[in-house]
Amino acid sequence: MTRVTITTKKSRHANKFGKLIFDDGTVLEGMGFGYSTTVFGEIVFNTGMVGYPETLTDPSYSGQILTLTYPLVGNYGVPDPTIKDPDGIPKFFESNKIQIRGLVVHELSLSASHWNLSLTLDEWMNNEKIPGISGIDTRELTKKIRKGGVMMAALVVSDSEIDEEKIRKQLQSAPKYVSEKFMDAVSTSQEEVYGQTGEPVVVIDTGAKNSILRNIRNLGYKVIKLPWDTSFEKIISYKPKGVVISNGPGDPQNCPDTIETAKKLIESNIPTLGICLGAQIIGIAGNTKTYKLKYGHRGQNKPCVNLDNDQIYVTSQNHGYGIDPVSLKNSDFNLWFKNVDDNTVEGIKHKIKNCIAVQFHPEATPGPYDCKFVFEELSHLMGEGNTAKK
Amino acid sequence: MLAYGGQTALNCGVKLEDNGILQKYGIKVLGTQVPGIKRAEDRQLFKDSMTQCNVPILRSKTVTNFEDAKRVAEELCYPVIIRVAYTLGGKGGGVAYNEIELHEIVERGLRASLVGQVLIEEYIGHWKQIEYEVMQDYAGNNVIVCNMENVLSMKAHTGDNIVVAPSQTIDNNEYHTLRSAALRATKHVGIVGECNIQYALDPDSDRYVAIEINPRLSRSSALASKATGYPLAYMSAKIGLGYDLSELVNRITKTTTACFEPSLDYIVCKHPRWDFSKFEFVNRKLGPTMKSVGEVMAVGRTFEESIQKAIRMLDIGNDGLVLNRNTGQTFDEEELENKLSHHDDFILYYVAAALKFGFSIQRIYKLSSIDQWFIEKIKNIVEVEEKLTKNELNKSLLWEAKKAGFSDKQIGRAKNKTPEEIRDFRKENGVLPSVKQIDSLAAEWPAATNYLYLTYGGNSHDIQVQSEDKGIIVLGAGPYRIGSSVEFDWGTVNMVWSLQENGEKNISVVNCNPETVSTDYDICSRLYFEELTQERILDITEFENPKGVITCVGGQTANNLTPGLAENNVKILGTSAFDVDRAENRSKFSAELDKLHIQQPRWQAFSNLSAAKDFAEEVGFPVIVRPSYVLSGAAMKVVWSKEELKTYVKEATDVSPDHPVVISKFMLNSLEVDVDGVSNGTEVIIGAIVEHIDSAGVHSGDAMMCIPPWRLNNKTIETITEYTKKIATTFNVKGPFNLQFLVHDNHVYVIELNIRASRSMPFVSKLVKTNLISLASAAILDKPLPKIPQNKWQKIHNYGIKVPQFSFMQLDGADITLGVEMQSTGEAACFGTSFFDALSKGLTSVGYNLPDKGAALVTVGGDQNKEKLLQSIALLKNLGFKILATEHTAEFFEEKIGQIEIVHKISEPERKPNIADLLHERKINFIINIPSTSTLEKYVGMLDDEYQIRRKSLELGVPVLTTIELADSFVKTLEWLKNNKPTIEPIEPYDPLDYST
Repeated sequence: MTRVTITTKKSRHANKFGKLIFDDGTVLEGMGFGYSTTVFGEIVFNTGMVGYPETLTDPSYSGQILTLTYPLVGNYGVPDPTIKDPDGIPKFFESNKIQIRGLVVHELSLSASHWNLSLTLDEWMNNEKIPGISGIDTRELTKKIRKGGVMMAALVVSDSEIDEEKIRKQLQSAPKYVSEKFMDAVSTSQEEVYGQTGEPVVVIDTGAKNSILRNIRNLGYKVIKLPWDTSFEKIISYKPKGVVISNGPGDPQNCPDTIETAKKLIESNIPTLGICLGAQIIGIAGNTKTYKLKYGHRGQNKPCVNLDNDQIYVTSQNHGYGIDPVSLKNSDFNLWFKNVDDNTVEGIKHKIKNCIAVQFHPEATPGPYDCKFVFEELSHLMGEGNTAKK
Repeated sequence: MLAYGGQTALNCGVKLEDNGILQKYGIKVLGTQVPGIKRAEDRQLFKDSMTQCNVPILRSKTVTNFEDAKRVAEELCYPVIIRVAYTLGGKGGGVAYNEIELHEIVERGLRASLVGQVLIEEYIGHWKQIEYEVMQDYAGNNVIVCNMENVLSMKAHTGDNIVVAPSQTIDNNEYHTLRSAALRATKHVGIVGECNIQYALDPDSDRYVAIEINPRLSRSSALASKATGYPLAYMSAKIGLGYDLSELVNRITKTTTACFEPSLDYIVCKHPRWDFSKFEFVNRKLGPTMKSVGEVMAVGRTFEESIQKAIRMLDIGNDGLVLNRNTGQTFDEEELENKLSHHDDFILYYVAAALKFGFSIQRIYKLSSIDQWFIEKIKNIVEVEEKLTKNELNKSLLWEAKKAGFSDKQIGRAKNKTPEEIRDFRKENGVLPSVKQIDSLAAEWPAATNYLYLTYGGNSHDIQVQSEDKGIIVLGAGPYRIGSSVEFDWGTVNMVWSLQENGEKNISVVNCNPETVSTDYDICSRLYFEELTQERILDITEFENPKGVITCVGGQTANNLTPGLAENNVKILGTSAFDVDRAENRSKFSAELDKLHIQQPRWQAFSNLSAAKDFAEEVGFPVIVRPSYVLSGAAMKVVWSKEELKTYVKEATDVSPDHPVVISKFMLNSLEVDVDGVSNGTEVIIGAIVEHIDSAGVHSGDAMMCIPPWRLNNKTIETITEYTKKIATTFNVKGPFNLQFLVHDNHVYVIELNIRASRSMPFVSKLVKTNLISLASAAILDKPLPKIPQNKWQKIHNYGIKVPQFSFMQLDGADITLGVEMQSTGEAACFGTSFFDALSKGLTSVGYNLPDKGAALVTVGGDQNKEKLLQSIALLKNLGFKILATEHTAEFFEEKIGQIEIVHKISEPERKPNIADLLHERKINFIINIPSTSTLEKYVGMLDDEYQIRRKSLELGVPVLTTIELADSFVKTLEWLKNNKPTIEPIEPYDPLDYST
């Protein structure tokens, strides 16, 4: 792929006033960039060293202010958001817009350089009305989150001096991340079809990343993306070979309709793959419990062991909730993948039905491509009379 | 295990396998198996493997002769690059823009290659050069530990490139496409343990090609280990033993697995150290052959900070990219264009100069192929420089400058203030660096790591040093360079260990060389991967509040910091700064020697040229000119005339502007002797008296050395012993020291006293089986010295010989004759039961072939030299060697020893037999080429023909012996080998130290 158009661009929406205010009273001063506004959200961090265009458009970040631990951000700019692949899926992004509420970095690169560049990061964020702050000691901030757990924060970017007190008050009354309902914001409101050919696979959109759609297309299936609360009956009417319940933001308990659908999918043994939030939904449908992690797993370097063959894979992750490993014992599932570092549940397989789920992101983007085989596993389940490999 | 000793060990292992030796003795190869090594190393097998696993490669073809090379080059279109199979540092390769160049490089490459093949390949100099370090276990689990991007694109060998980690200008798709390809390729090749894969990536698309896989630990892996905190060699060895990656634990967190990919929250910048100025006629251009001799690694939170730190770490007299001491150099547009498109060691300075000149970023990119992102960053540095020069210095500008990596020296230079004034102003305003940890996980997991760096990109420290953790700071030696290499790292590491053995619990190390053991974070309590500059050491001592700092084991870099630190009230452990200064300052040193009635060669210090000329004429040329604080002869020169004196006095002042130039009488025909020892101010222990085999005038770092001395009489040894004891106590030496003597007509003269660990100390320690640094640590801690038998060194039955290793081959154009400037890049020390036993091993170790028959070419300048060589040539003839010589030389020898075959000079190609032909036809086994040192011609007007012989034979891999002593020893070794075999014995451990009183 080669396109030689603009290859460098300068920032024009940087060096504004910027402050980051936490619900514990801490105030960090930096330089604002992107759009001048105030946002409130749960502050989290991601340790990936590349892939900010993909990360920022991942719907799982809905409601969150994202800190990138890599100190230099914006180096290679942002590709053209209007470019789509032949199926009509945005080529370089994981959804149609920036999903994070705000961005926290150590240094915003004030010039970007790349052959595939169309916008600078601050320009893109400005266009999409998202604020960012630079000049923050992101390592110290990461340690704060690691020690204290995720917390609510306000990010203010302004063209003039910032009134801290006012923001502090607003932060007190801002809706808490844990109680926010995200589905209507991230899910499609109507059926979307990608691809003309192949047998249908339904993706239940609880905030699906575009790469999930791309990966299913690459296996030769037609993708039908449906709203998060689509009924089981409606799904069946498409005669899908299989169903994917996607990633997405927030507490899985906030998706009761999807959990109901998942129960029926399992019961009727329709090949089903859950990813991230989808894995938690499937877990709950199969009698496991979920819980909120102290500060989540967000990065591209997370080792997970596949208990089927003891191989270890480096995975891309982004989850703040997880399946309780204790509850797994009395559920309908076996453990499939676990995180090698803290033994969190990273994948499950139904004991008898054609249902599998992974907590990490096999679709990658951002992150390593090592676990694409999970989609092949689904494909395998969708094959004639096969069951999941035990 | 074949993967741990660089290319040398790897080649050796492959040979052992190919010759069936491993099989014969039932020896298993642990780690990557030999077929896997071959799939990575052999060009054709590599190509096939990559094609099989769907990793794209460049269009290229392996050839074994010039005709094929020519055909392939025409197919691919010029320019093409020639790569040589099985060599080190890209030795022998090159870029050819036409057939003539192709011919030269291919011929050279074919001879350098162990397997007689070279690769002709399309040239992609402007592509990005990206590398990945891969770990893989026997079970097939694999991870990428680090990826790196070369700032100078594919144009320069990665060893000569400025490298950042992680990559900065590639996006997620490119990063992970290359990552997946790396894992695929490694799996297919069959790597077990660690390897490095190198890619070229088109800057205008996502097209990429794999260039090579290094199936072993490499310079890059050392860098990656230090850049990430992931100890690749350690993990790789464990894997070789059969562990799975998942069974291994992250050495930093100690709780998480080693089967993960480090996440960095800083930017690392590696900068090579070149030493071109030591070589006459050398070509400074950077290309596919590696020319650097060492490197530094800087850690920061911005590119600007990292790169400027790296420049300071190089210890080449620059304080950063800009605002250096004014060199008065300016460039016009055409020069800049030329400099930007043909990289040499100053490339980044030219980018800065071009930006100041008004070149656009686009234009610089087009000329240099340096990604525009990096040029933008350099522009930021240039812009901060301008602000510093034009604006008032306030807190916010100070922060901006410090975040962009400016040192107090640079800022002071812009503001016409001293660095101390800037430091005070900075501290008043609270503009201070933070101490951050390198933890491999970007703070995601708690890590009790002691691996630290300082940055202005933060506002809080990761750790605090409690008062009960107050300890000792040991300063390392900085980058390897000519004259300061692993010997000083040996000193640093042994000092740390010995202090620990002496009960010191908290030892911190400061060093910035990623190739060293002293920068392994597990050898000490706290490791600061930092600059060895006064500013940074003061930052660290203010943070640590240590009991004291040790500056005597890190070579001249650490030693030079002594006075400044002492002035700033830092406690120097060991010999006091006052005494160090008395020894380093030549006037003070001479005054002390006069009091002791110990002689020195006549010398004087000058800061004006005409007085210098008068002195030189009075003592008579030749004279040695040098700056007073100096190691390894930087800007040191033997000068033979007034005209030359003028040039070198200027050069010497550039190197050390704060100190005067010293001129001393150069004593021809004398022996040089080194003494390494330790003193605690009252007792003096002599490690050994070491005799140089080469005559004085060859730099001590380039000279072959021998223990015990073999030409000194007992009287001289007694005098040297006595002088040593007197001098060490007079200077209150507390720790290691090195004394250099000159013996002329049985008179002993002192050349210099170095109150620090020396280059020869590990050699002496290992032969005498007494670790001098252990003794030194006791002295430094004011403990009694252990009991060592009187003159222990004289009671050792073995002989030890240290032989220099040269790298002239990699340095296009460099002349190989030795002089007062040190030129060797390494050394080998060999022990044996006799002088020749040790010497034969030493010569073999540094790459000489010791033939038992064949032909020797002898070209000797000056009758005196010929006379001296007579005996050796006669012996050589007796041994059955054919002697070839040019007319003049032949005439001399024929008269004395009979038939000599006459050959003709390279400059007279029509006359046959000609040296050039014989060299090419491999009809000459070695060359004795002694330039005429006693005449002016060598130095004033260089004898081109001799240079041609030396350079040609070097390129063809024929040994050239350029000193009489080396030639004598070489010939006698050949004689010894007729009836003897070199011994093979394991090296013995150090004797235990007896501290009883």
